[in-house]
Amino acid sequence: MSGDSSAYTEEEIVIPEGKLTMRTSGSGDPVLILHGELGFPGWRKYHQKLSEQYKVMAPSHPGYDESDRLEWAMKVSDLAAVYLQVIDDLNISNIKLIGFSMGGWLAAEMAVMDPGKFSELILVGPMGVKPEEGEIYDIFLNLAPDFLEESFLNPKSVEEYSLIRPEEPSPEQEELWEVGREQSARLAWKPYMYNQTLPYLLRRLKGLRTLIIAGKQDSIVPVDAFRIYNESIPGSSLNLIDQSGHRPEIEKVDDFLKAITKFLS
Amino acid sequence: MFIGHFTERPYQDPKSGYFGATGKSIKDLTVSNDIYDPMLGSDLYNRYLDEKIYAEEMGFDGLMLNEHHSSPFCMGSTVNVEASILARITNKAKIVLLGNVLPIWDDPLWLVEQLATIDMISKGRLVSGWVRGTARESVSHNSPPAYNWERFQEAHEFIVKAWTEPGPFRWEGKHYQYRYVNPWVKPYQKPHPPIMLPGVVSRDSVMWAARQRIPYIMLATQLEPTRQSFEVYKETAREEGYEAGPQNFGYLWKVHVDETEELAEEVARKFVQGPSNPFNAGNEGTANPALNKLPGMTSRRRTLPTAQVATANRGGQLSRSFEDQVSDHTIISGTPKTVIPKIRHVLEYLRPGSVFFWDGDGAMTHDDQMRSLRLMGEEVLPAVREIADELGLDSPFEVDPKTGKKFEELQPETSDEIAAAPGD
Repeated sequence: MSGDSSAYTEEEIVIPEGKLTMRTSGSGDPVLILHGELGFPGWRKYHQKLSEQYKVMAPSHPGYDESDRLEWAMKVSDLAAVYLQVIDDLNISNIKLIGFSMGGWLAAEMAVMDPGKFSELILVGPMGVKPEEGEIYDIFLNLAPDFLEESFLNPKSVEEYSLIRPEEPSPEQEELWEVGREQSARLAWKPYMYNQTLPYLLRRLKGLRTLIIAGKQDSIVPVDAFRIYNESIPGSSLNLIDQSGHRPEIEKVDDFLKAITKFLS
Repeated sequence: MFIGHFTERPYQDPKSGYFGATGKSIKDLTVSNDIYDPMLGSDLYNRYLDEKIYAEEMGFDGLMLNEHHSSPFCMGSTVNVEASILARITNKAKIVLLGNVLPIWDDPLWLVEQLATIDMISKGRLVSGWVRGTARESVSHNSPPAYNWERFQEAHEFIVKAWTEPGPFRWEGKHYQYRYVNPWVKPYQKPHPPIMLPGVVSRDSVMWAARQRIPYIMLATQLEPTRQSFEVYKETAREEGYEAGPQNFGYLWKVHVDETEELAEEVARKFVQGPSNPFNAGNEGTANPALNKLPGMTSRRRTLPTAQVATANRGGQLSRSFEDQVSDHTIISGTPKTVIPKIRHVLEYLRPGSVFFWDGDGAMTHDDQMRSLRLMGEEVLPAVREIADELGLDSPFEVDPKTGKKFEELQPETSDEIAAAPGD
């Protein structure tokens, strides 16, 4: 599941009350990649390709994978503040921030708190706002393998699908999924996977180049949520990738990379 | 000896397709209430209340109620409403709630007020138990499972304080905040209603109860694991510096009495029929794996390593057949003559000071239940009391579970204190 671990360096970053796992690869402008609700999905093709141009930084959030849980953190915005502190400590700036699914929500909260830290913001199939049409798929009342299956439009035709959702997951993998679901439940049980005030806060991102990118056939987060992100962030672009479900970075990785490379260059 | 009566109050609808020995197996939280028939529901609620009245008339000491949500196997989704009615329509039996699901209450001040009201109207007959609830309870009331145990503990502390300390006071907790706590209702019993803690085979919750010196009620577990759990309680009690006795232990299991052996067996088989019930061995239905894995109900890391709670499996007795349950006395059925020696066996084996007979459940009819209650009152309960006296099985209302001393030897004010631990 972890992909080619020789492709990156893994280290622990000390934060108050615990440690984070950080994976780093490549050089150039920093690209901070925030995973979604089940934890780090392994070093995938999109990580690798981005690391050929940028310094890719892919942490596991507090409470996910091997990163320590912060008992006090009860909201996604709490993790956002923790990451901003990490960024301060690492003394990096001009960050290209990319967040996937629940990690997209986290990225949006971070950007709202401190937009000047970032040169670009990319939200991939982001949770975090309440769609006016449709509902966000319930990951707590569905098992992780079922959720992952539902995250793809045509899972059988996807090259990396078996890495994301193995036919027979190892016990270690199943445990990591459960750890992720538990941490996500600690942050976003109610309201489920959105912050009611976020659309109003997003107006602050007027000066930040922002791309919202998602699968056109996303059945996890209704596309109406992406419309709300798009309309709430002045000047943002919305790119819906056709023939893709909730994981365009896996299902349509070439289209995905093309779109974000164009946006970043 | 304290003897209580219990039924889950199943929603028995022969038209539903989910009923009877050949009914569809119910997968937890997948049955739409579209099939719910309010006329039938009305009849059933009244039936179960009538049965409680009759149980009191027949000499039961306790009328036990439990609570589950969004599931046909238990109609008791608002246990305090049922208890409130019993408070007024019964006269002497204790109303035993096993229990309120603490963590699902966003405003536990309502519990402070409701339970104190029940205690007053019943003139001090409330026994107030708490549980953490199962995953279905957290889902039904959208209560965060990852904070279930924290909320349980905080709500418990808050309720006890609101019952016992003069208001107004403030409560600024992690999960509950109040700036004016001053309920204009106080428990009839002092310092507050006693607690019994129900649970399954969970070492940690048993130890927790032992440390608090409150009676622990094992719910329909097999005899040997139940006895082992009582031993864990006793060992913990010794570490705490006291000797636990029958007053600290309770046991709930299935007992049905009838007029002939043939009729008794025919009716007792209905225990494993009716709407599937995940807690009713032999008729559990289909487990919902998503509920078993509800994130955070059981912490997977770093928090509360001692609070792992067994909720899915009652002492390893899932899918046990009727015959298996009869063979090891977890179902006892027969005429009074044959039932009494079997109950004696259980009492000798476990030495509980409180017992709860689980009856009138599954597919049993009102008539089935009323015959059993009558025969219990006429023959079984008097015999059980005699056996209990002979065996020295005192209840927590006769002997203080905190001290092991008879209440008549104690000052009334020092007798009961409370605590709780995770149950199901």
